[in-house]
Amino acid sequence: MKPIAAWLAGAALAAIWTTAGLAQDVIFLSTQLRPVEEATKVRQVILKGVGPVTYAVEEPSPFQTRMDAETQAGKRTISLVGALHGELQPLVNSKGLSPVDDLSAKAKERGVPDALMALGKLGGEQQMYIPWMQATYIMAAHKSALAHLPAGADVNTLTYDQLKAWAKAVQEKTGKRALGFPAGPKGLMARFFQGYLYPSYTGGVVSTFKSADAEAMWTAFKDLWQHVNPNSTSYDFMQEPLMAGEVLIAFDHVARLKEALNAAPNDFVTFPAPAGPKGRGFMPVIAGLGIPPGAPNRAAAAGLIEHLLKPETQVAMARELGFFPVVKAELPSDLPGGVKLLVEGVAKTQTAKDALPSLLPVGLGAKGGEFNKVYMDTFQRIVLRGEAPRAALDAQAATLAAIITETKAPCWAPDKASNGPCPIN
Amino acid sequence: MERSRALPYLLIAPATIFLIALFVIPLVQTVVLAFVDDGAWSLTNFRKMVGDLNFGLSLRNTFLLVLVVVPLQVACALLMGVMLQKLDKGRDLVLWIWTIPLGVSDLAAGLVWLAIFQDRGYLNTLLAAFGVIDGPTNWLSYESPGSMFLAVALAEIWRATAIVLVILVAGLQLIPKEYGEAAEIFGASPWTRFRKITLPLLKPSIQSALILRTVLAFEVFAVVYALSGRNFPVLVGEAYAWQHVNQNNGVAAAYAILVMAISLAATLAYIRALRVNPETQP
Repeated sequence: MKPIAAWLAGAALAAIWTTAGLAQDVIFLSTQLRPVEEATKVRQVILKGVGPVTYAVEEPSPFQTRMDAETQAGKRTISLVGALHGELQPLVNSKGLSPVDDLSAKAKERGVPDALMALGKLGGEQQMYIPWMQATYIMAAHKSALAHLPAGADVNTLTYDQLKAWAKAVQEKTGKRALGFPAGPKGLMARFFQGYLYPSYTGGVVSTFKSADAEAMWTAFKDLWQHVNPNSTSYDFMQEPLMAGEVLIAFDHVARLKEALNAAPNDFVTFPAPAGPKGRGFMPVIAGLGIPPGAPNRAAAAGLIEHLLKPETQVAMARELGFFPVVKAELPSDLPGGVKLLVEGVAKTQTAKDALPSLLPVGLGAKGGEFNKVYMDTFQRIVLRGEAPRAALDAQAATLAAIITETKAPCWAPDKASNGPCPIN
Repeated sequence: MERSRALPYLLIAPATIFLIALFVIPLVQTVVLAFVDDGAWSLTNFRKMVGDLNFGLSLRNTFLLVLVVVPLQVACALLMGVMLQKLDKGRDLVLWIWTIPLGVSDLAAGLVWLAIFQDRGYLNTLLAAFGVIDGPTNWLSYESPGSMFLAVALAEIWRATAIVLVILVAGLQLIPKEYGEAAEIFGASPWTRFRKITLPLLKPSIQSALILRTVLAFEVFAVVYALSGRNFPVLVGEAYAWQHVNQNNGVAAAYAILVMAISLAATLAYIRALRVNPETQP
């Protein structure tokens, strides 16, 4: 109990200290790397020797509130923000980010791919954030489940049909529904539909939303769901049910599997998400660094971005925290067990022969949340409430069309490029 | 003279400023948020709210919870209050124990009940120990809406009956003993005395307790969230989801306005239904 109390007191003190914002300090506010151990690594390893920087963390929604509050108050305390692409997106509309075009040349020089730089424009002309680190989603399974793989199936090249057969076999042998998805209130299930299921079955996300392929996809997914642990609608992070043995096979963001893999690197295997008729959809996750307008210390924030993009810093991030470089950098071979599993899973995903990369939604502005809701509501209607796929898809397509019309977002990969707003066929 | 006239205003000023800053201004801002879309007055947010997949369900769930939980709580609290009156010794101790849940935050209460009802919770352990079940039974998943509702209702009853009890005990203590003694002399049974004397004289307290409890019950959120996530949507939970997950504070504000309207309507209904004639009071 004592160390926890000490930690809490420390955290409270740190919070007070952060809010007070020592004048010469550069405040770096992040929605990523929030757990105490990770934040400590950022402070003691990643930001070591770069001068006075206060690394503060905030959950995504208080983060938005704080940024909006500072914008409205006209008083900035934060010089640098680090957050996911989807969390930075709403800041453009609420004037929480200023352009960082002056820093983009250096980032490109370091080897940040053009596709990632383009994401950082958040649908506009100017660079609004500099890519910071990337991750993706993979699957993890307890080694005991591998014995029940269907004949002829290779865990690294699974199809959705094989995943279903596997989950069914595990259920028959162990009596429990051992496949799990993060479909809880804070889970990232919407990204599974947008980056994995839809591309794999339909080759698109928006334009194919209510296609015949999509109808077949939902029917198949509903079929698969019989073997999915019903607590999935409460799971936010799959590492906990994996560690507790509640599920044996799980899909999630690498950062949300990491604890389980670190706790028992010898018990788990990692592998890419399954493939469908159109390929093996996968979605990279990008965190970016942005500078709010009127930042108290813009020069130092720019310097910090420069530091965070150095190859050695990026490699340290991978080794210590399990996020991957956005710049050209060689990962060392002696990574710790859990991180090694993550790296393997990601590498297998990216190099899969049938890999079908999907971008994060582009150009939706503040409508990103409602866009996710369309996919979650469709899931709820078809899979959880048993509505007929055709009727549910038609109804949800109307909501999706309203969002696309309002934001005028053109199609993004894997949908085919469009002139004007992305059509829903 | 001048000073004494200003004094009352000075004395209520801090409370007034506090209320204006932290209640009236946010309320006005919420109303504006709810009724404005793209910088113009509109009902778009309300249309979106009503057209939402979970709207009907969350409305139904919230009302169901209120209709089940509040009457049970009032009945329990009445029973407990009358029992307390009959206690000669240890009355304070019993009252103190019964009001412990008041000191527990609602999220913490939800987590306590989660520890009981979850797959590896105390309930399953107990049932398994007695051989009633073989393995973990799911009480809180979307597949078992019945037991999920029961769990939420039970947690709410446990958590918030004490507030009703406290109000009713205060009311019971105000009823003069003479009425009951007189009735007893005329041969009235305990049940008649309770119906004809205690209940009518307790009406003002019951009214306050009902208003307070019902308004709070319409705002139920943390217990539901802890126990069921979003498997059991309620109105305030939807407001939270629209604000934080769907990032549309207009629709979230519309939900807030709806909850406020329902609470106001319930309060007015109670005031009318339980109107108390001041002259009938002792």
